[in-house]
Amino acid sequence: MIGSLRDLLRRAWRHPSGRWGTLTLIVLAVLVLVGPSRLPDPFVMPDVLAGATAPTLAHPFGTDQLNRDILSRVVSGGRVSLAIALLAVVVSLGVGATVGLVAGYTGGWVDALLMRLVDGALAIPRLFVLLLLLVVWERIPLWALVLALGTTGWFGTSRLVRGEVLRLRAEPFVQAATALGASASRTIARHLFPNAAGPALVAATLGVGEVILLEAGLSFLGLGVQPPTPSWGGMVLDARPLIVSAPWTAIFPGAAIVLTVLAVNLVGDALQAALDPRSA
Amino acid sequence: MTELLDVRDLRIGFPLAGGRTVFPVDGVNLQVGRGETVALVGESGCGKSLTSLALLRLVPPPGSIMQGSRILLDGTDVMALGAEALRQVRGRRIGMVFQDPMTSLNPVLTVGAQVREAVTAHRRLKSSEAKARAIALLGEAEIPDPAGRYDSYPHELSGGLRQRALIAIALAGEPDLLIADEPTTALDVTVQAQVLELLDRLRATRGMAVLLITHDLGIAAGRADRVAVMYAGQIVEEAPTARLFTAPGHPYTRALFRSIPRLDSAVERLAQIPGGVPSAEAWPGGCRFHPRCSEVLARCAAEVPPVVDEGGGQSARCWLPAEGRR
Repeated sequence: MIGSLRDLLRRAWRHPSGRWGTLTLIVLAVLVLVGPSRLPDPFVMPDVLAGATAPTLAHPFGTDQLNRDILSRVVSGGRVSLAIALLAVVVSLGVGATVGLVAGYTGGWVDALLMRLVDGALAIPRLFVLLLLLVVWERIPLWALVLALGTTGWFGTSRLVRGEVLRLRAEPFVQAATALGASASRTIARHLFPNAAGPALVAATLGVGEVILLEAGLSFLGLGVQPPTPSWGGMVLDARPLIVSAPWTAIFPGAAIVLTVLAVNLVGDALQAALDPRSA
Repeated sequence: MTELLDVRDLRIGFPLAGGRTVFPVDGVNLQVGRGETVALVGESGCGKSLTSLALLRLVPPPGSIMQGSRILLDGTDVMALGAEALRQVRGRRIGMVFQDPMTSLNPVLTVGAQVREAVTAHRRLKSSEAKARAIALLGEAEIPDPAGRYDSYPHELSGGLRQRALIAIALAGEPDLLIADEPTTALDVTVQAQVLELLDRLRATRGMAVLLITHDLGIAAGRADRVAVMYAGQIVEEAPTARLFTAPGHPYTRALFRSIPRLDSAVERLAQIPGGVPSAEAWPGGCRFHPRCSEVLARCAAEVPPVVDEGGGQSARCWLPAEGRR
């Protein structure tokens, strides 16, 4: 039996991969939050003639084809990429948890209808939906990109939460709450949601990595974050013609993506392991 | 005496595949007076827990309470209540203590939060008042250091303390009737006695009626004013406790007593009741106990026995007293 969310987080922290992942994410978050104010302006007037220069002390990650400092672009691009990922996952967790709670608690035809809709949505590839949307909506604003990523990512979460709710509804403490006159909304908010939150949190953590990769992929295709706003995927796209002559232009943003996704997945793995009672 | 709870002809049906319906509870009559302790005793599967759930209209689907069943609580027809009125009965008029203290508490909320929730489910209180009330209830359930335990999680408490916390939750609505469904099954014998004494003290101080559901005649003996013995979905005997124990009227009750180990007689082997508890899918015809009864008559297999009043508040569903042969 899983104890409180606090217990879950404590057990995940004891897991080595959870600790490393969390520390990496904290370092990345600090860099991304305070970095831009201490680094050269990533939007500085481009100097096309200077071109891409190899890493030096002045530009530790080198410069790109427009002679912009790659370190500062990676850092401010991280701000964009991480913010998008975080917000999109919050949206999908919110929608997914709500749909899952309603479907699992209400049951009957509401449950059947919602789950068939989810089945249908799961059958359509997410990337395809996003590509379609982004092709139709040129120069998409960031908030719309967040919404698009969020609203296409909640199907699995809703399934997971619904399954948990179905299991929890049979638990004596939920029946006890009903027997003592707790209303439906109170039962959902106080008894079902807090107990289903653990698995949903794991799914959300793993979803962060997925969204970062999706955003990078879309930006790489030129459909995500629009220039001159830096994003990791967009930087890799810009580096494509230079990948042999100036590899640092692709390596550093690429490494940032790998490091972030790895860290997030380590945390997700640790949470998952902490949730499994057999590993406790 | 005006009865607090008056159940008549309670039948609970579960549909089976193929259109058949089985009746695990089949015509139960039960009365509980104010401030009285009634024990409902029976083997596993006899329908006693289902009966208690029916009082709150909480029969798990696909089961349902059949037409013609009557449940009167202090004159209110529980069968006719709407959802909101029903919510007011649950917890407020009838409190329930569940069997398993390990799983009947929400593992992610503190004990205090859960008691407090039961307090605010039926009354609007300021946050500080609700907390004070919750701590008072924990104290009333005789949990040592109630203010300190308020912030404990269920897994930090022992089984006995958890059962006390469940009792505090059941008391929160100040119910007139407390249903305790096997409240001590999961506990050690010493803790069992303490919890039962606590329930009895609370009954006395609050003037609350208690319906004690148990499979243990010993538990019924010490606390109950009256005992109802249930077998195969029906109440087969009902009597004041002392009378039931000195002069059991139904062969099933007598067989139960014979199968209890005694300290004052040296027997090699305990008596047992031959056969097993029938399933609700195939209740025997006639008297439901007749295939296992040691005093069976010819007519028992064919005709359903009447409930015979034997005087002194005792009644039994049996042909023996009806035929004047015992």
